[in-house]
Formats: sequence, structure tokens, C-alpha cells
Amino acid sequence: MAPQYNGAMNISSTDPAVHASKQSDPNVLLSFDRVTLGYGDFVVLAGLSLQIKAGEVVAVMGGSGSGKTTLMRAATGQLAPQSGVVSVFGQSIAGLQGSALLSIRQRMGVLFQHGALFTDLNVFENVAFPLREHTTLSEADLTHKVLETLDAVGLKAAAHLKLSAISGGMARRVALARAVVREPELVFYDEPFAGLDPISMGVTARLIRRLSDRLGCASVLITHDVAESFAIADTVYLVGQGELKAHGSPATLGQSSDPYVRQFLDGAPDGPVSFDYPVTPDFERWAKRKGLRQ
Amino acid sequence: MKALAAVGRFTLEKLVVLGQLARFFGLLVARLGIVVKRPRLVIQQVHFIGNYSLLIILVSGLFVGFVLGLQGYYTLNRYGSEEALGLLVALSLVRELGPVVTALLFAGRAGTSLTAEIGLMKAGEQLSAMEVMAVDPIRRVLVPRFLGGIIAMPILAAVFSMMGILGGWFVGVVLIGIDTGAFWSQMQNGVDVFNDVLNGVIKSVVFGVAVTLIALFEGWHCRPTPEGVSRATTRTVVAGSLVVLGLDFVLTAIMFSH
Repeated sequence: MAPQYNGAMNISSTDPAVHASKQSDPNVLLSFDRVTLGYGDFVVLAGLSLQIKAGEVVAVMGGSGSGKTTLMRAATGQLAPQSGVVSVFGQSIAGLQGSALLSIRQRMGVLFQHGALFTDLNVFENVAFPLREHTTLSEADLTHKVLETLDAVGLKAAAHLKLSAISGGMARRVALARAVVREPELVFYDEPFAGLDPISMGVTARLIRRLSDRLGCASVLITHDVAESFAIADTVYLVGQGELKAHGSPATLGQSSDPYVRQFLDGAPDGPVSFDYPVTPDFERWAKRKGLRQ
Repeated sequence: MKALAAVGRFTLEKLVVLGQLARFFGLLVARLGIVVKRPRLVIQQVHFIGNYSLLIILVSGLFVGFVLGLQGYYTLNRYGSEEALGLLVALSLVRELGPVVTALLFAGRAGTSLTAEIGLMKAGEQLSAMEVMAVDPIRRVLVPRFLGGIIAMPILAAVFSMMGILGGWFVGVVLIGIDTGAFWSQMQNGVDVFNDVLNGVIKSVVFGVAVTLIALFEGWHCRPTPEGVSRATTRTVVAGSLVVLGLDFVLTAIMFSH
């Protein structure tokens, strides 16, 4: 969660081009239209507008706590926006419940930040889980599909292993295989490169790109890994300080002279990004109780 | 005045929890259809909940039977009616001790296990992952466990009663020397299938519903932290045991009042 309190919930200015008739374009699988996201009084991201089309690989980048995962939670219907419209496959996802929400989610794949693998199932059964729940594949076809997907992440020979017997990096690759096994139209990867060694990172990045090209699915990478993301993304959105700071192709952003973009891409210690957590109303109340405020 | 406010606050909090529990029960009941569609999920849970509780039930039942045999003999012997030991042991177990002690052990063994499992799944984002994969975790995870608990509980209570009767027989007939024919025939004549056995089964089903519901509710609503899961498992045992004892009083009053 990204901490940026904005009591007035100001809508920041965004690129007008992004606002243009998203719902009308059938290729737009995900769109945020002047969306404000937060928890209670707390605004994480305000005035966010973006759109993602089929076949695109989009990287949403920003520092830790900048609201990247919050953005993904809004896109998957786990968090309702405070204002604005989040549309998935042309439908506003806020307020959807029951079968309508399930049918949208069936067309998505999500790689969770911490994997969220089922600890009582082995590697094979974890990847097979979405297929068993949503398809009527025969056991032979299901086995073929799961092993093929595991092969793509280099873990075919680990299919029989329990989760307790695999490393953290391997677990992330299993989670990646589970996210894409049903060949979804829209895939979210929350920190797909975290905890991976350089070889696995490169293979994973190429796999994401290849899947997007082959299936024509839209891929959304929630990450702060600049090198790998820039290598495969078509568009990069940079969020921070509670708003969308910049967006464009990796080449465009790489040449940007914007101080925020430069500090983030160069990893510079000095710049507009504050290292300190911002003061919130919750903190003020806590400080008052502790006698630190009048 | 402060004490009155505290009592009011406590009562309101408990009422809110009761409302949440009722709503949670409704959510489970509304999704019971999964038993028809995927019975294997329920069978797995009956095995998990029932089979893994079997050892403690067998051993406890046997020792309760031993004690009943000894205590029953000492008391009946005063009146020269030690042949009625079989009847005393059987009625005590089938009507009361079987369902109640099994439910208390069930809350401690299976209830805590269910709460911890659901709580840890919540902490590990497994339930959120299911939701995002368009899989309803209440239907897929909770309902099979709920049904598994309800089915396993009367079976375990029957096993407990059976072991208890065997324990009573061992003490009364083998160790003390009561006539084995009298032991079994008194039991056969005195235990009524409907008044005693069926009522005991109804009790154990009700206890199964109560304990499993509380265990799942606590796991589902716990804070997703190690401390939160730990507190939830404790609440499962405390609340589950108290509810079993309270329900036992109510059910006994209804069933055996005539």
C-alpha cells in the first residue's frame, strides 16, 4: 500500500490521450478512468488514468509502497475505487458480484507477490488447480497441459515435489505457471522478478513477453525492476507520490529529463522522492494519544 | 455507571459476533450444493477430520469405559444390582458421555486444526488467490470441511461409545467377575433405539454442526498473523466447549423431560 494522504482527494492532471473513449475500443482489456484508490481516509493513488490493450506488455513501476499492488487489487475487483471507473473487458468491475465477477475473473490470471501457492498441494496440483476448477479436461489432457506449462518455467521435473521441498525462486516460477496455465486474456504479475536469480529472471521476462505475443493477452507487470521490465515492456507507467508520474515507451522514459523519472531509473539517493513515510491522520491521532501532540 | 457501560458494550459486541456467525452459517448452507457436484472433497475431509481424530477417541473412550465400570460397580454393589452395570455404562455413554466427551475432544483436536488451517491459508493469501482465480473459497474450502465435521462427529461419538462399553465390560466382567450374560442382556433390554441411541446421535450431529461452525468461523475471521491464528484456535476450543455444554443441557431437557 502506498502512503499518500490527500484529504481533499485532488484529481491530478493526466494525459488527455489516455482518457479517450476506452470502453469503445474492444482491444482495450483494462482501463482506469480518473480513478482514485485508497483505504478509508487514506488516498493511495489519485486521478489515475491508463489503458491496456490485448497483446501489450505494460509495466507499472514505482517505489515500494507507491500503490502498485493497490492498483492491481482494484483491477481484480478486490478493492473498489473511491472515485472513477475501473473497466475490465469493457465492464466496470466495481460493484460486480457473484457470477458476473467470477466470469470476469475466469479470464484473468494473477501472479501474487508472495506466490499464494496452496501449501497442501504439490507443484503439479498447484498448477493444475485452475484447470480442475474451471475446465472439464480429461486427466491425460490436464497432465499434458500442466507439464507443458511447468516445462516453460523450467520445472517439469519438479512436478512431483512438495512445496516445502522447493526454493523461494522455484515457488515463484510455480506461481507463474499457475497464473498462465489457463492462457488468460489479461495477466497480472505482482513483482514477478522478486527473489529470482539472474538466469531465472531473464527466462521469466522472456516467457512473459512470449506468452503475450503468442496468446495475444495483455500482461501487466507490477514491478520496480527497471532493467528486466524495460527489456520486455511496450509501455511503462510510473506511479509515485500518489499519482501517475509518467508513462511512455521504455525508450521515451529512458530519455526523460523529469527529475522523478530520473531519480527512479537511476536509483539516485537525492531527488523529489522522499524516503520518509508521510504523516497521516492515523499517525496524528496516535501521536496525540502518546502525548506527542497538543 | 462505567461498569454498566462496559456490560452494555460487551453485550453488544457479543450480539454482533452472533449476527456474524448466523450470517456465516447462512453462507455455508447456501453453498451446500457442492456435496452433490464434488462429493470427493467432502469425503477427503471426513477422512482428514475423522480418521486423524480416531486415536484420541478410541483411547479416551476406552478409559472412560474403565472408569464407568469401576464407579458403576461400586455404586450398584451397594444395592446388590451389579448385573445392571452393562445398562448403566451403555446409557451413560449413549445418552451423554459419548456425544459430549467426543464433542469436547473434537473441538480440541479437529476444531483447532480447522481454525489453524483456514487462518494460515488466509495469512498466506491462499484464500485471496482463490477468489481472484474465480474460485469461491467458502464453497471450495469451507463447505467441504463443514460437512466433513458434521458427518465425522456422530461416527466418532459412536466409536467412543463402543469403546467405552468395551472398557466397562472389561472392568466389570473380566476383572470384577460380573456375569457376562447379565451384563449384555440388561443392556439389550434397557437401551431403547429411539429414546437413547437416536437422541444421542441427534446430539452428536448438533455438536458437530456447532463445533465445526465455530472452528471455521474463527479461522475465517482471524487476523492473518501468527498471533491472530493462535488466538483464534484458543477461542475455538473455549467457545466450542462452552457451546457444547450449553447445548447439551438444552437438548437433554428437551429430549428426556418426559
